[in-house]
Amino acid sequence: MPVETWLIFTLGFMILGSIVALEIRDILSAIIAISVVGLGVSMAFLFLQAPDLAIVQFLFEIFALIILVRAFIDKKNHQFEPSSSSMVMTIVGVVAIAVIFMLSIPMFRLLPPFGEPLMSVSQHYLDFGASETGAANLVASIILDYRAYDTLGEVTVLFTAILGAFAILRTTAKHKTAGGNDE
Amino acid sequence: MNNHGMTLIVKTVTRITVWMILLYGFYIILHGHLTPGGGFAGGVIIALAFLNVLLAYGRKFTQEWLNIHLLETVESLSALLFVVMGVIGVVIGGSFLANFLSKGALFHLVSAGTILPLNIIIGFKVAMSLFLVVWVLAGVKMSKGGEA
Repeated sequence: MPVETWLIFTLGFMILGSIVALEIRDILSAIIAISVVGLGVSMAFLFLQAPDLAIVQFLFEIFALIILVRAFIDKKNHQFEPSSSSMVMTIVGVVAIAVIFMLSIPMFRLLPPFGEPLMSVSQHYLDFGASETGAANLVASIILDYRAYDTLGEVTVLFTAILGAFAILRTTAKHKTAGGNDE
Repeated sequence: MNNHGMTLIVKTVTRITVWMILLYGFYIILHGHLTPGGGFAGGVIIALAFLNVLLAYGRKFTQEWLNIHLLETVESLSALLFVVMGVIGVVIGGSFLANFLSKGALFHLVSAGTILPLNIIIGFKVAMSLFLVVWVLAGVKMSKGGEA
């Protein structure tokens, strides 16, 4: 079967998973259903022959799943409040999505064909990546040599995230510097 | 030993498998320039191994097993080291983050110049960051439960 068939099957499975996650009452079941979407993305990356992305996506999905399950497993009531969405709002939402889709059809025509990148620089990476960087894994040669500056930005994002988490979620107050305990 | 964490079965399995998971994470980091994976994926695997211990054994045991302050130091140092590698690239190679080390032979473990050290730095960075975020979040949850 061609790769497009597998992709459409995976995407349909992901849409099904997200609908189940929205409609189901039990919150743990919703978390499991939403993780179907992330694992579907991982499968899609595998079909598109991007194992690096598939590994990272798979690991982060497991990571998010563990955190979400751990956060909600102790809750006494797992049930959602049934959302009271009126018929009018549903129609408005569907019409809005349809209008945006119609408006974006001319943009889809401008996209390059499947598997043919728009930027000519990627051909340079394919031709000279191994000889210029010495890395057998072309993805590593891009993210850590050609585009290492972007990776520095990623490191900065992680550093800022952990800094913010420690600053906001600090469990112990600074009693000593405040000069006295507050009761 | 103590009543924290999960059952004896989970603890025993964790005690055996956590080292294998850590080894796999280090393998993914070290072979980042040869096989799919790299510092980011390997770092997440190491963070998941620590998370495994945290879930199975509980917070108190993990605090004794891991030196959290050391993890924080490693986390900050790896961010600094990345910038230092970039500055060394300016001095030797002429541009920021230039590949100033020897390229070596293709498909060899020690090859690809600065990609291998940068992979190791990113691996430590990601592992410590992700584990510490979960650690801080779990701490907030516990302190709310036992309101002092």
